[in-house]
Amino acid sequence: MNNQATILIIDDEVQIRKLLTITLESFDYRVQEAATAKEGVIMVANHPPDLILLDLGLPDESGHHVLRHLREWYSNPIIILSVQSGEEDIINALDHGANDYLVKPFRTGELVARVRSALRKSSADENNPVMRAGDLTIDFSARTIKKNNVAIKLTATEYTLLALFAKNEGKVLTHQYVLNQVWGPSYKSESQYLRVFIAQLRKKIETDPNRPAHIVTESGVGYRFVVN
Amino acid sequence: MKNFLLHKPARNQQYIISVVLVITVAIFGLALYGLVGYRTAAFMLLVAVSIIAMFFDIAPVLLAALLSALIWDFFFIPPRFTLTVGTGDDQLLLLMYFVIALVNAALTYKIRQMEKEVRVKEEKANEAKFYNTLFNSLSHELRTPITTIIAATDNLNTNADRLPENIKTELLSEISIASIRLNHQVENLLSMSRLESGAFQIKKDWCDINELVHKTIQSFEPAISKYKIAVHIPENFPLFKLDFGLMEHVLHNLIGNAIQYTLPGTGIVIQALHDDDKLVITVADNGKGFPEGEIDKAFDKFYRIHGSKPGGTGLGLSIAKGFVEAHQGMITLKNLPMSGAIFTIEIPTETSYITRLKNE
Repeated sequence: MNNQATILIIDDEVQIRKLLTITLESFDYRVQEAATAKEGVIMVANHPPDLILLDLGLPDESGHHVLRHLREWYSNPIIILSVQSGEEDIINALDHGANDYLVKPFRTGELVARVRSALRKSSADENNPVMRAGDLTIDFSARTIKKNNVAIKLTATEYTLLALFAKNEGKVLTHQYVLNQVWGPSYKSESQYLRVFIAQLRKKIETDPNRPAHIVTESGVGYRFVVN
Repeated sequence: MKNFLLHKPARNQQYIISVVLVITVAIFGLALYGLVGYRTAAFMLLVAVSIIAMFFDIAPVLLAALLSALIWDFFFIPPRFTLTVGTGDDQLLLLMYFVIALVNAALTYKIRQMEKEVRVKEEKANEAKFYNTLFNSLSHELRTPITTIIAATDNLNTNADRLPENIKTELLSEISIASIRLNHQVENLLSMSRLESGAFQIKKDWCDINELVHKTIQSFEPAISKYKIAVHIPENFPLFKLDFGLMEHVLHNLIGNAIQYTLPGTGIVIQALHDDDKLVITVADNGKGFPEGEIDKAFDKFYRIHGSKPGGTGLGLSIAKGFVEAHQGMITLKNLPMSGAIFTIEIPTETSYITRLKNE
């Protein structure tokens, strides 16, 4: 198995870089390391990697700043590494173009899963209107959903919501983002709509709505659509 | 009396009480005028000032001293009803009256300052004792997993070729358990310091209580499968405005407490109710319950039930309490009549019955 994808780690802690490198290399990723924001930005400019793991607490510049700077021209996935589980910090990063986040300490299994999911081209691309997500089959052209090959009736809003999640599989979508995409900018603070529709949608698509396997809650941040 | 000194009336009340007392004594002296001489009246006033000095701050005492001197001069010293003092004898007396009143005030003030110093010293000593216990418990809780990690890695480093595979696996699993425990302790300490410094902001948003409860339960997998978990939340339960992250933390600590201190097979029941404008969540178990005498202390920082098994810092419940109080809510603990304990969280909060909204 050769992933060939190049991952750049921007983190000032040698220990963290070392362990991340060992882990990622054992999964056949090519790894580059940068210890400062400055070094990292130069490396991205010279050889844009396929994915960046960016620590938010860099010594020379705030990770948030680096993120915004990189997003001016760099469009591949960026995963944020943070020591704080403060939701504000994470939401801020996600709203400024981060694809995902990991809070230190994290499990290597989780790291690899997030990297994989961020690197995977969405299986819901234009040429393939049908997406399989575990027991769900979503047909974007016919706007139909099947669970274990049995058709599920969704309302228009429920469908729009599910389609948005499915097209961003593996990615954390913040509450604000979803509200804006599904209901429009004037509903940005109407989070109760989102809660209600998520609960309804889970009742229809999840085998056990109390232990959702597809629409997973990211506490205080948003939701993530998981394929299997 | 010490208690009274600690809870002195407010400054403006002290002024009022001082003035009233001086005037009362003066009226009393005037009523007895003729029966007692004006010099005796001076002593009566001096007693009033001394009493005031015993209890009040220096400023009201000075006011009382000045006021009583003026009153004595005006109403008592002949010629009466003038501020003039007739004889040189009386002039000296008035001067001495004023000096004695002042010295009186200053001395009492000094004594009280000293008392205060002693009290501060005592408090410091108590604090030192508290921190000693705290550091003992903390260093134990942090050092145990660190010791495990260092010992296990040393073993793996130096004896790698001599250790059988199964021992190596066991050492690795010990390292893993120890680091999870260490992380848990550090997280508790961080939450506690976040609470104490007041440096955290509560961010309320609409919460689905079903989602909150089930997500918290799920975070205990697989350990929780050994317990009989039951969740009772009414159908069409409204949404509540809460900080999801903080409430998850609260429930996590309560359920974690039940798992930590009861035996596998114990029933844990989580129930949610909507009572007026309050959200009520209870977490009950049918374990042994808390020792009756220790229930009051259960939420105290670093308090651990006497003889409880290691693995806790005594922070979980006080963090839960802090986060509930950050919601203007309250948390209580009771033993159940048969067996076990029940935690009750009550939070006044906005609700939304939007669940009945038409589904477009």
